[in-house]
Amino acid sequence: MSDIQTDLQAPLQTPAQPSEDSGLILPRRSFLRGAGTLTLSAAAVAMLAGCESAAAGTSASAADISILNTALGAELEAIAAYQVGAESGLLQKPVLDLAVQFQGHHKEHADVLAKTVRSLGGKPVDAKKAYDFPVDKLKSQNDVLGFAAGLEKGAVSAYLGAVPLFKNRDLAKAAASILGDEAMHWAVLRNALGQNPVPVAFVS
Amino acid sequence: MSMRPIAADAIGGGPRKGAVHRAGAALRRLYALPLAAAVMVLVIPAEAAAAPDPARGQQIYDRCLACHAVENNRVGPRHCGLAGRQAGGLPGFDYSDAMRAAGFTWNRQTLDRFLADPLGVVPGTTMTYDGIKDDQERRDLVAYLLSLKPCAPR
Ligand code: HEC
Repeated sequence: MSDIQTDLQAPLQTPAQPSEDSGLILPRRSFLRGAGTLTLSAAAVAMLAGCESAAAGTSASAADISILNTALGAELEAIAAYQVGAESGLLQKPVLDLAVQFQGHHKEHADVLAKTVRSLGGKPVDAKKAYDFPVDKLKSQNDVLGFAAGLEKGAVSAYLGAVPLFKNRDLAKAAASILGDEAMHWAVLRNALGQNPVPVAFVS
Repeated sequence: MSMRPIAADAIGGGPRKGAVHRAGAALRRLYALPLAAAVMVLVIPAEAAAAPDPARGQQIYDRCLACHAVENNRVGPRHCGLAGRQAGGLPGFDYSDAMRAAGFTWNRQTLDRFLADPLGVVPGTTMTYDGIKDDQERRDLVAYLLSLKPCAPR
């Protein structure tokens, strides 16, 4: 466990902070500073919602709304899963910070997905009142990390399986953008587990 | 892959000729394609495919973990006890109307077809996933799904 902490220390202490004019309009909030509010990436919103005029009201948008809503459901579940992990008392810093940061990404994904569903004239799914996680099997930090890594790996596959379904190519591109983020989560969690962070050249 | 046309004949037409020939020919036309497909299914595994392996299938199942778990309902329904279950039939899970109306039970064949193209087989399903396109991967995955035990009572 101490190896893991040492490994993770360096990147966490020097998080890259792109300047506002870098073209990467990232949320200014950093998880290390722990600000609570959710600032949406303007770029992501534009990417997802910019196709609104082209797609709203078409039959293609009904199918795309369904894809977005399923993805939203999975993101909301991931947020809840990270909450369970963060509150389990099993995660030590800096792994805990990592979990909180990743949860923040999932919140941003969920927010953008919900906004896009609305902009296409659909009704975003709500978070479930209760989620059913295998909490009895989470007894150590590594159990939690392994569980999270499995969800992130699955999320990569889920987005990969959604990209070719979108009728609207801008939405496909936006899904691919989220896929990339989930893939980074997966790799970093594997690294924290002491596993080869990037075991394959292709995701599936 | 190439198929000898005799394959469909041998099964669909039978050896008898004469009076039944015309009916037989019509039947053969009707059944030629599915039979050809059936023969291919019978032939390919012998030639090329490995036996379905649930252990490999369990690794493929990693791709489902954003939405499914064996023992827990998630965005998708839990998969314990899937074999023989009515599609859309797990009590308490909020299925789409499309899945509720699917009208089949889960077995090797229905799983194989659904997982190849979920939205093609059950249009309107909320399992908005492109599918497992590789035949061997799908065979392994289905073998794994069919090996899952009934859900533990809770
Ligand atoms: C993006 C989320 C998502 C992914 C990824 C996903 N599923 Fe699903 N799955 C669902 C949802 C949602 C349903 C319910 C569908 C409905 O009601 O139309 C479902 C339903 C099913 C069903 C029908 C079960 C029943 O009780 O009738 C099977 C079987 C299934 N999924 C297998 C799989 C397998 C195997 C994989 C991985 C290759 C997978 N799914 C990947 C979301 C997903």
